[in-house]
Amino acid sequence: MILGWIVVLTLAGGALAWSGGRRASRWIALGTLALDLVLVGPLFLRRPATPAGRRWLAELVLPWMPRYGVGIHLAIDGLSLLLIVLTLVLGILAVVASWREITQRTGFFHFNLMAVLAGILGVFMALDLFLFYLFWELMLLPMALLIAIWGHERRTRAAIKFFLFTQAGGLVMLVSILGLAFVHHADTGVLTFDYPELVGTPMPAAVEMLLMLGFFLGFAVKLPAVPLHTWLPDAHTEAPTAGSVVLAGLLLKTGAYGLLRFALPIFPEASRAFAPVAMTLGTIGIVYGAVLAWAQTDLKRLVAYTSVSHLGFVLLGIYAAGTVAQEGAVVQMLAHGLSTGGLFILVGALQERLGTRSLDRMGGLWAMAPRMGVLGMMLALASLGLPAFGNFVGEILVLVGSYPRSPELTAVATAAMVLATAYSLRLVQRTFFGARAEPASVLQDLSARETAVLVAAALGLICLGLYPQPVLDTAEPALGALRTVFGQVARR
Amino acid sequence: MGSIALLLLVALPLAGFVVLGLAGKRLRPAAVAVIGAGSVGLAALDALGLLVRFLLEPPEARVIRQTLWVWLDTGELHPRLSLLLDPLALVMALVVTGVGFLIHLYSIGFMRGEEGNGRFFAQMNLFVASMLVLVLADDLFFLYLGWEGVGLSSYLLIGFWWRDEKNGRAARKAFIVTRIGDAAMAVGLFVLFQGLGTLQISEVAARATAAWRVGAGPAVLASALLFAGAAGKSAQLPLQTWLPDAMAGPTPVSALIHAATMVTAGVYLIARMHALFELAPDVLAAVAVVGAVTMLLAGLSAIAQRDIKRVLAYSTMSQIGMMFLALGVGAWSAAIFHLVVHAFFKALLFLSAGVVILALDHEHDLFRMGGLRKELPLAFWTFAIAGASLAGLPLVTAGFYSKDLILWEAWASSRGGPLLGAAGIFGALVTSLYVGRVILLAFFGERRTVASVRPGRVLAIPLVVLAGLSLVGGLVELPPTLGHAPSFSWFLEPSLPAATAAGRRSDMAILQGLTSLASLSGILLAYLGFLRHRRADEELPLVGPGVTGILASGFGFDALYDLCVVRPLTRIARANSADALDRIFEGLAALVGLTHRALCRTQTGRLRTYAAAMVVGTVVIVGIAVLR
Repeated sequence: MILGWIVVLTLAGGALAWSGGRRASRWIALGTLALDLVLVGPLFLRRPATPAGRRWLAELVLPWMPRYGVGIHLAIDGLSLLLIVLTLVLGILAVVASWREITQRTGFFHFNLMAVLAGILGVFMALDLFLFYLFWELMLLPMALLIAIWGHERRTRAAIKFFLFTQAGGLVMLVSILGLAFVHHADTGVLTFDYPELVGTPMPAAVEMLLMLGFFLGFAVKLPAVPLHTWLPDAHTEAPTAGSVVLAGLLLKTGAYGLLRFALPIFPEASRAFAPVAMTLGTIGIVYGAVLAWAQTDLKRLVAYTSVSHLGFVLLGIYAAGTVAQEGAVVQMLAHGLSTGGLFILVGALQERLGTRSLDRMGGLWAMAPRMGVLGMMLALASLGLPAFGNFVGEILVLVGSYPRSPELTAVATAAMVLATAYSLRLVQRTFFGARAEPASVLQDLSARETAVLVAAALGLICLGLYPQPVLDTAEPALGALRTVFGQVARR
Repeated sequence: MGSIALLLLVALPLAGFVVLGLAGKRLRPAAVAVIGAGSVGLAALDALGLLVRFLLEPPEARVIRQTLWVWLDTGELHPRLSLLLDPLALVMALVVTGVGFLIHLYSIGFMRGEEGNGRFFAQMNLFVASMLVLVLADDLFFLYLGWEGVGLSSYLLIGFWWRDEKNGRAARKAFIVTRIGDAAMAVGLFVLFQGLGTLQISEVAARATAAWRVGAGPAVLASALLFAGAAGKSAQLPLQTWLPDAMAGPTPVSALIHAATMVTAGVYLIARMHALFELAPDVLAAVAVVGAVTMLLAGLSAIAQRDIKRVLAYSTMSQIGMMFLALGVGAWSAAIFHLVVHAFFKALLFLSAGVVILALDHEHDLFRMGGLRKELPLAFWTFAIAGASLAGLPLVTAGFYSKDLILWEAWASSRGGPLLGAAGIFGALVTSLYVGRVILLAFFGERRTVASVRPGRVLAIPLVVLAGLSLVGGLVELPPTLGHAPSFSWFLEPSLPAATAAGRRSDMAILQGLTSLASLSGILLAYLGFLRHRRADEELPLVGPGVTGILASGFGFDALYDLCVVRPLTRIARANSADALDRIFEGLAALVGLTHRALCRTQTGRLRTYAAAMVVGTVVIVGIAVLR
């Protein structure tokens, strides 16, 4: 029951924020998310340390449209739980970070933000594929509005591009969802969209491959996998800070989550056959994203392209499909959420003060804003995969796990470490060090509010980097269950 | 007791880093100095206590293990954050904390009045803590954490004076080039884990010897990749180009990180993994050859440098090359012995050069120095002692004993041979030639710049202590020809197997005579070339400007890499900065727009056109129907 309440509460909080005044809307949004976190807390504490037969930590089943086999089925396991916690934490950081940035139509802004978050939470919970698709679409429109209304110079174009890409991917996925339901119907005579029922549906190899590709396409656009990534830099760059944080930190993860939850277990044979391709796409993404990030002069665009590179590791890990690799993918998702979210907040703070995102007009800012410099340095180091930060744990686990599957791809992906060093150091060098590009400008260091947000992100990254065990223990039973399905059918 | 002392060893500098990192700005300079140097000083005392404890124990009991916590545990992989103190680790820890403390002490004087004092000491402490993790780690993943930690502190400290873009470039170059080696090393760890199912260091050694025969594929691959990592960190060919530029950092940083400790991490890694490397004789041979070639090329480059710190940087590369040569021929403890002695005299060379640099108001150019012997007697004498030790002046210097041992092993051990031995002797000649040149140019001849500052006591103490160590530090290992008391190798024996060189004592004496001769004639050559016939500044005597230029540029590796790697990569990245793949989708959008406009044209609003189109359409459809 609690799952339903979390989604409803988030939506209601959004509606309330819309009707509230400028100041009130911020507090309402913040309060709602905090309340959500309080509701989720007990689930996190109650999570079983070992897989003890029970697969779902919480479940909600309600009838909805029984004639079409559509029901309200929400359930979470450790994997969803981690991503839900990440959603709420980043949601809070995003609200706090845009406290002063958003001055126009504040209420509507927070409504949209909360609607996106509700959609994301729903995606991480829904087990009915029809409902899943509904939440999938729910994320889309408010996000596009966030970009189109509160974005920067080329916001309309970026919003449309984002909408078209994800909508196209979503429609292909919808076709696959319907196809899957019909195949299942033809097979058993039961029309259902319920995930536990659909897992293990036998089907001819060609059909399986086609349907799997439909799912993969929908998720790969979100992830994003090269070459479907080109909406991302535009959307991330033009979005307001909170939008970028939610996009990079959360929206991309829905793609990875979808692959883990649906694409692999429902279509095990096809996924196994497709794995080399997906791993190659992941590796290409790692390298290509890093090279592009390195060449950018727009700071926000630079950070945006790093996401392409980091999510490449997630794709590689998911399809390497071992315990270690998939655990790595999960840690990488969380760490990337914090590090990239933090970097976007930092860039937002810089843009607010300097009125520019161009690296050519920064430089030497350390003198005026050392606090910003230290935190920016830490986030950049996390981003380049320095041990002691969460990103390292994620990446190294992915690499250790994918080495037996493909030494060549692993070696290439590891070599991208050097590129990550190059772009991350370029980022800190061109902003904080060297001569001042515009000596006249005065720069205020981070406020207490901004410092708190970034310190929280940095501390989270260090915890993930030095003691990721709670995360691994939470995710493993879930991943194990998903892999069992995947493995059993594949071995047959 | 022992395990707490072991924990403190890492915890003390780490605590110093945390305190200074959080509160460095608010503390008074004196407090910063006390915390910064004090934390390392206490760690040094701690290490000394552990040494005493070890010496009181029988050799087989000289090991302490302490697990902090399991870093992560998933599948087969469960790396622990665990420390291992054995004789090898203790020797390294003593060097890191001991020499480290002296350099911290020196830094108090050297960095006085600099902006960002707290930041400086925080980063120095971070370095010491990371370096201790590197040498004490019992798990290769944990070692990797220290490995990257020292790389980070090196980057931060090279770029300490951040306002100058040049320093930032040097700092990034150091980090990026070493990370090429690090990436290779990471793949090496994957190979090891895949093959052996563990990354715990002693376990890796045991399982590797059990599972792989000599020359087995995975053993060769893994050790080659670890060697690449070691070469990056230790500035060996072909990843050596970052070290001379790294001299952009403050001089104490160069002394600590880029001379005494971090750059020798590669030597430590190979010595630590010697059981693995012994399974790959080809890789070991490559280690020896790369070491020998680096030793010679860097030594020759050192002769032509104008910047006093760059001479020392090339010298460091050259000396580490000699250590790699020792590793390659299986002279494990000789390599570590030279590492320790080198830490003494090279740190001292940098520190006394620092006194000169400080006195001449940050002048690095040798040709603007000269005649400083009288004005800066302490700097002169300590530099001369360290230089003599570097040149391996017979009998009286520590460098003589360590270098001699390596050359003997290179010559006589089963993996060595006359070629490697001869290279070593030539290297000794080159070494004393460039040392002699620096001393003559800086301290003799006519005076060119007036010294403004004289070193205070904080600067003097470390110089004197290190000078003492540079002289007598070699007596812990006396060769068979001179008393035969190899206590250093005995101490290391639980960690490192004894050397294999077998030869007659008379051969050894002949070799010692040859190296002594080489070392002395190098100094004589320097005297003849740079003092007696002092010529126009830039050029080296006898060889002309062309050769001088090649040597000065370090054989042009920078230009080569720039041409073959950096520039093409930059060009490609820049050219594609707008992301060519996006063109596909933008093209698709443009195509849709084009079709849209084309179809719009047909909406003319004229009835005639519509009627005509309808007629044509009808005819076509009917025509198709009829013809089918």
